[in-house]
Amino acid sequence: MSLAFEKRKTVSKTALVVTPILSFIVSLVLTGILLLAFKANPLTTYAAMFKGAFGSGRAFTETLVKAIPLMLTGLGVALAFKLKFWNIGAEGQLTLAGVAASWVAIYWSPWMPEPLLLPAVILVGAAAGALWAGVPALLKTSLKVDETLVTLMLNYVAILFSTHLYYGPWRDPKGYGFPGTELFPKAAWFPRIAGRAHIGLYFALIAAVVLWFVLQRTRWGFELKVIGSSPKAARYQGISVERNIVLAVLLSGALCGLAGVGEVAGISRRLQQGLSLGYGYTAIIVAWMAQLNPLAIPFVAVLMGALLVGGDQVQMVMGLPSSMGILMQGMMLFPLLAGSLFTEYRIKRVGGRVARQSAEGAA
Amino acid sequence: MELITSLIAITLRAGTSLVYATIGETYTERAGILNLGLEGIMLMGAVSSFATAYYTGSLALAIVVALVVGGFMALIHAFLSVTMKANQVVSGLSITLFGTGFASFLGQRLGPESNGFYLVGLTGPRFIALDVGALADVPILGALLNQDLFTYGVYLIIPLAWFYLYRTKNGLWLRAIGENPRTADAMGVNVNRAKYGYTVFGGMLTALGGAHLALAYTPGWSENITGGRGWIVIALVIFSMWNPARAITGALIFGGINAVQFRLQASGTNIPAAFLNMLPYLMTIIVLIAITWWETLSKRVGAPASLGTAYVREDK
Repeated sequence: MSLAFEKRKTVSKTALVVTPILSFIVSLVLTGILLLAFKANPLTTYAAMFKGAFGSGRAFTETLVKAIPLMLTGLGVALAFKLKFWNIGAEGQLTLAGVAASWVAIYWSPWMPEPLLLPAVILVGAAAGALWAGVPALLKTSLKVDETLVTLMLNYVAILFSTHLYYGPWRDPKGYGFPGTELFPKAAWFPRIAGRAHIGLYFALIAAVVLWFVLQRTRWGFELKVIGSSPKAARYQGISVERNIVLAVLLSGALCGLAGVGEVAGISRRLQQGLSLGYGYTAIIVAWMAQLNPLAIPFVAVLMGALLVGGDQVQMVMGLPSSMGILMQGMMLFPLLAGSLFTEYRIKRVGGRVARQSAEGAA
Repeated sequence: MELITSLIAITLRAGTSLVYATIGETYTERAGILNLGLEGIMLMGAVSSFATAYYTGSLALAIVVALVVGGFMALIHAFLSVTMKANQVVSGLSITLFGTGFASFLGQRLGPESNGFYLVGLTGPRFIALDVGALADVPILGALLNQDLFTYGVYLIIPLAWFYLYRTKNGLWLRAIGENPRTADAMGVNVNRAKYGYTVFGGMLTALGGAHLALAYTPGWSENITGGRGWIVIALVIFSMWNPARAITGALIFGGINAVQFRLQASGTNIPAAFLNMLPYLMTIIVLIAITWWETLSKRVGAPASLGTAYVREDK
């Protein structure tokens, strides 16, 4: 007897929900083994992480602070991934948007009417994110240049550019040599909801619902779905593949850009080092853990945010490296990907003798 | 002349890690497996080899550890993409994410207690340029000889990798697997076993590239020691049209950029450092555009036809 795989026509619904949860558990076990190897008790470590992330009101708002950019970048990445456009440039789109938002906040504020400043910060920031994603999208659709590499390379370019600005021409002259711009005027601040959690949370939640609606219930969403499963089929149906990819990726970049706007206008209120803590990369894990479902992304983002905050916590309390959280996130995709065998393929048992004969026949 | 010789020397040194990884990934992709996990594998190769060298003082052991670690990381990718038929792009990305996180974790944990368990800032044994006596002063030739063992390895591995791929039976099979796995299967090749083998081999060479960074090029460990080299390599494989003999050109271009950057910064230029540091990344994009454009114009397809797709044997 042997096993044969048959690609499923539709993805198994139960497996879609069960595999991410199982993946999380497997990741806990794997990291636990690693912790044991480093002579740390996994249970107390996890308890400390949980307490650090959810144990108090302040802890929870800090988890939300990390979850907000993860939601927005996660949504952006998921939208692009739906089209099999591998946008791994969320980090750069976020960074460039942070730069653009800072530019508006600092250099437009002298002449701009105050009530218009924050909308301008948001719009220009999101546009910068869209622009940074638009370059690889155009290169892909017009010249078929591999988008994975272009989006990734642009991350480095954007980050170096931002470093140049806050170390160089934009550095606050009154900052005692501290690398960073001056504080934004108050009119450019994101209002905060609780603790440091800001209104970016509302943007993220609204974006999740809108994106879900667009993908599930509109003609455009249907077109994107067809393109994602087969560009050839889409062309037969008269769908403009190139135009739709560019539009969707622009939107993807704008969402990632919004995350960058939130970071500068909501958290640091200036452009400075550590604008992004790798959110753009964690976004890939968020999107995949949520199985690219916009409605699942906020929940996964909170979980990932909790791992980051919890990781910081175990460093302070137990002296374990803060990269614990990042490590756990990294481990989560393995079981999830392994599980795709069960979501995308149907496994059939076939009689040994017959199968071997037919295999020889095929060969 | 002296300037040229020194530029060649720096170029080779900077290109060495890229050559190892480019050849490794070329073999992996020839077997139809796209491994985007190189950046993570390189980082793991760097951190594991540096820690080994630091504690044991043995550079040979450090290399062995890097090979084992790189092979193991690639094995995960092979398992996910061959056996579990997972999406190779996402599987590779997860290797990079995991490798980056794990390497950073180890860098904060493996160090001695006196250094707060950090590996950053420590110095260990390193590979130094071989002593070739007076030959080192010969223009140009001196630049080729006045190198460490890693770079000498480059002179060896390029012709060997080319010969294996184009002049041996196994090489013929490898090319067949990437182009048309069904035919290779019919020829009697165990396709999936070969995919495993070449993916692991590619991971080992990639980790060796990482080890070169930590043991010779920029000795020591720092969190972002690779600086995107793992990604640049993916572009170099495309640029070299999946031919190991051409792996050297790409590496020389990027090694050369490093060398020029180095020179300019040393001579004190007005160009801000950030813009000089952008060059390798911008160059990667330009090279990609150029090669893709050329491929379209000349109607040539360099990529192995089955690259990135799982091979499912049809038992019907």
